[in-house]
Amino acid sequence: MNTQTIARQLPMPGIRFSLGTRRSRTLCLVIFCLTIFVGLFLWAWLVGENGLAVNFTQRNQPPSWDHPFGTDWLGRDMLVRTIKGLRISLGIGMAAALSSTVFALALGLAAATLGRHVDLVVTGMIDVVISTPHLVMLILISFSMGGGVVGIIMAVALSHWTRLARIVRAEIMQLKTADYVRLSRRLGRKPLWIARHHLLPNLLPQFLVGLILLFPHAIMHAAGLTFLGFGLPPHMPAIGVLLSEAMRHISTGYWWLAVAPGVALLFFVKLFDLLGGALRMLTAPKTSQE
Amino acid sequence: MPNMNSCLSYLARQLLRMIVIIAVVATLAFVLTATAPLDPVTAYLGFDRMQISPEQQQRIIQRWGLDQPPTVRFTTWAKNVIRGDLGDSLVYNEPVISVIQKRFAASLKLMALAWTLSGIIGFVLGVLAGTYQHSLLDNAVRMYAFVLASSPTFWIGMVLLAVFSVKLSWFPICCAGPMGVPPDAVSWAQRLHHLILPAATLSIIGVAQIALHTREKMIDVFMSDYALYARAMGESRLGIAWWHGLRNALLPAVTLQFASLGELFGGAVLAEQVFNYPGLGQATVEAGIRGDVPLLLGIALFSTIFVVTGNAIADLLYRLIDPRIRRGEGVA
Repeated sequence: MNTQTIARQLPMPGIRFSLGTRRSRTLCLVIFCLTIFVGLFLWAWLVGENGLAVNFTQRNQPPSWDHPFGTDWLGRDMLVRTIKGLRISLGIGMAAALSSTVFALALGLAAATLGRHVDLVVTGMIDVVISTPHLVMLILISFSMGGGVVGIIMAVALSHWTRLARIVRAEIMQLKTADYVRLSRRLGRKPLWIARHHLLPNLLPQFLVGLILLFPHAIMHAAGLTFLGFGLPPHMPAIGVLLSEAMRHISTGYWWLAVAPGVALLFFVKLFDLLGGALRMLTAPKTSQE
Repeated sequence: MPNMNSCLSYLARQLLRMIVIIAVVATLAFVLTATAPLDPVTAYLGFDRMQISPEQQQRIIQRWGLDQPPTVRFTTWAKNVIRGDLGDSLVYNEPVISVIQKRFAASLKLMALAWTLSGIIGFVLGVLAGTYQHSLLDNAVRMYAFVLASSPTFWIGMVLLAVFSVKLSWFPICCAGPMGVPPDAVSWAQRLHHLILPAATLSIIGVAQIALHTREKMIDVFMSDYALYARAMGESRLGIAWWHGLRNALLPAVTLQFASLGELFGGAVLAEQVFNYPGLGQATVEAGIRGDVPLLLGIALFSTIFVVTGNAIADLLYRLIDPRIRRGEGVA
C-alpha cells in the first residue's frame, strides 16, 4: 500500500470534464506527462549557463518577477538551478530505477522458473530486505560504496527491487499453470515460443509500469541520502544538494531556497505517479478497454 | 488462536524466522561495512589525520583489530554480539549499547508521539472520508493523501521549520531542550515544545497511508448487505459508521500502523537531522559519515529488531482479525 494504490484510486485531476472515453482521457494524460518531461529537458539544455554566474549585487533576493524562485547567497537564479537540478535528479532516478527493475525481473524470473531451492532463497532475500528500515539499508549500502552517484544508484537499486520481483514471480507462477499455456505446451510449442508469445506480453507492461513507478522512490531517496550527507558531491547540484544547501540558510529566513525546489521536486514525483497509474490502466488487460 | 498447540508452534515459527532474519541482516551489514572503501582511521580523525605518525596509526589499527582478516573480525564480532557486547562507539567514546539506549529513548518519544498522532488523525479522517464518499471532505482527504504520501520527509520538516520556527517563532529551531540546559534538567513542557514540530513532520506524512486504507475499509462496509439492511431500518450513515464501520476498520488500521514501523524509523532519521534532535537517527547519520563502524552495525541490528517486531505484531493481529487465516486455510 503506497503511492501506487493512491494513484490508482484518484480520478485523474483536472481532466474530469468529458473528453471522450476514460481510455482516451488516460492517453491524453500520458501525452501531457511526456510533454512536460521533454519540456524540462529542453529547458535545462537551452537555458545554458544563464543565471548561474555568481552575482553579488543580486544576493539572497526573495522571489520576484525577474527571479521567480529567488536567488541564493551567491546571486545565482534559483529557477535555473532548480531546472538543472531536476534534470540531474531525473537522470539519477532513471539509472537507479532501471537497475532496480532489471534486478527485480531477474530475481523474479529465477524464483519462478529455477525450482524450489532458488525460490526459497529469493523469497528469503525479499524477507530480509523488507525487514530492515529502508533508510538504514540505504545508508549502509551507500556507506559501503563510498557514497557518490554510484553509491546512491546501488543503494536505491538494491533496496527497491522486492515489490516488483514479487509481482513478476507471482505472475509467472500463475501463467505457468494457466490453461492456455498448458494447452500450448501440449500442442508441442517450445518453451522459448511460450515465453515469447505468452509470458512476455504479460510481463512487459508490468516491467514498464514498475519502472516508472520506481522513479519517484528513486528520486526521493537520492534526495534524502544527499540531504543526510551520503549522496552527491556539491559540484553535482541535484535537487537533494540544493535542499541541503538551503538547510544551512533556513534559520536566517531565506525560506524560498527550500520551498521552491521542493515543490518542483514534488510536482515531478507526482507526475511520475500519474504516468505510471495511467500506463498501468492502459496496459492491464482488465482495464484497457474501459 | 483456537488451541494452545497451534498457537505455540506459530509463535515458535515466528521467533525462529525473526532470529534467522536478524542473523542474515547482521552478516550482510558486516560485509557491507567491511567492503567500504573508507579508511577508518582517516574518517575517525578527520583533519587531525595529518598530525599522527605512521607508528601511531599502526597502533590505532592494532587496537581496533583492523590488522586481522575480515573473517576473523566477523567471528569475534558475532561472538561478542551473542554475548550482548556490541563494542565501543568511536564517535561517542562509550559502549554502543549505552549510546543506542540513550538515543533510542529520545527517538522513542518522537516516534511514539508521531505514531499515535498519525494513527488517530488518519483513522478519523479515513472513517469520515469513507462514510461521506465523494463529498468535499472525501476529495480533500484523497487529494491530501495523494500529494503528501510521497513528499520528502526532510523537506516537510524544512518548510515547517521555516514557517513555525523562523517566521512565527512559535517553536524552537533545534534540539531536544533549550540551549545551555543540561538534558536532565529539561522540564516536560519544554521537552514537548521541542517535540511538536519533528513529530508533526512525521505525522503529516504518516496520516496519508492510514487515512486511505481506512477509507477503503469503510467503503467496503457500506457496500455490504448488513449496511444496506441497517440503512433500510432507518440508520443514518454516521450511525452505520459508528456501529458497524469502526470495529471493522480499527484492527486493520492498527495492523497497518505496526507494519509501517520501518518507514517511521526512516522518517525519524530525516526529521532528527532537520531539527537537530539528538535521537538514534542522528546517531545513525553521524556513525555513517564519521565511519563509526561498531555503532553503525549496532544501529542496523537494533533497527532491524525494531522493524521485525513490528511486522510480527502486524502478522499476529492479521491472524486475530481474519478467521480464515486463523484456521490456517490460507487466503490467496
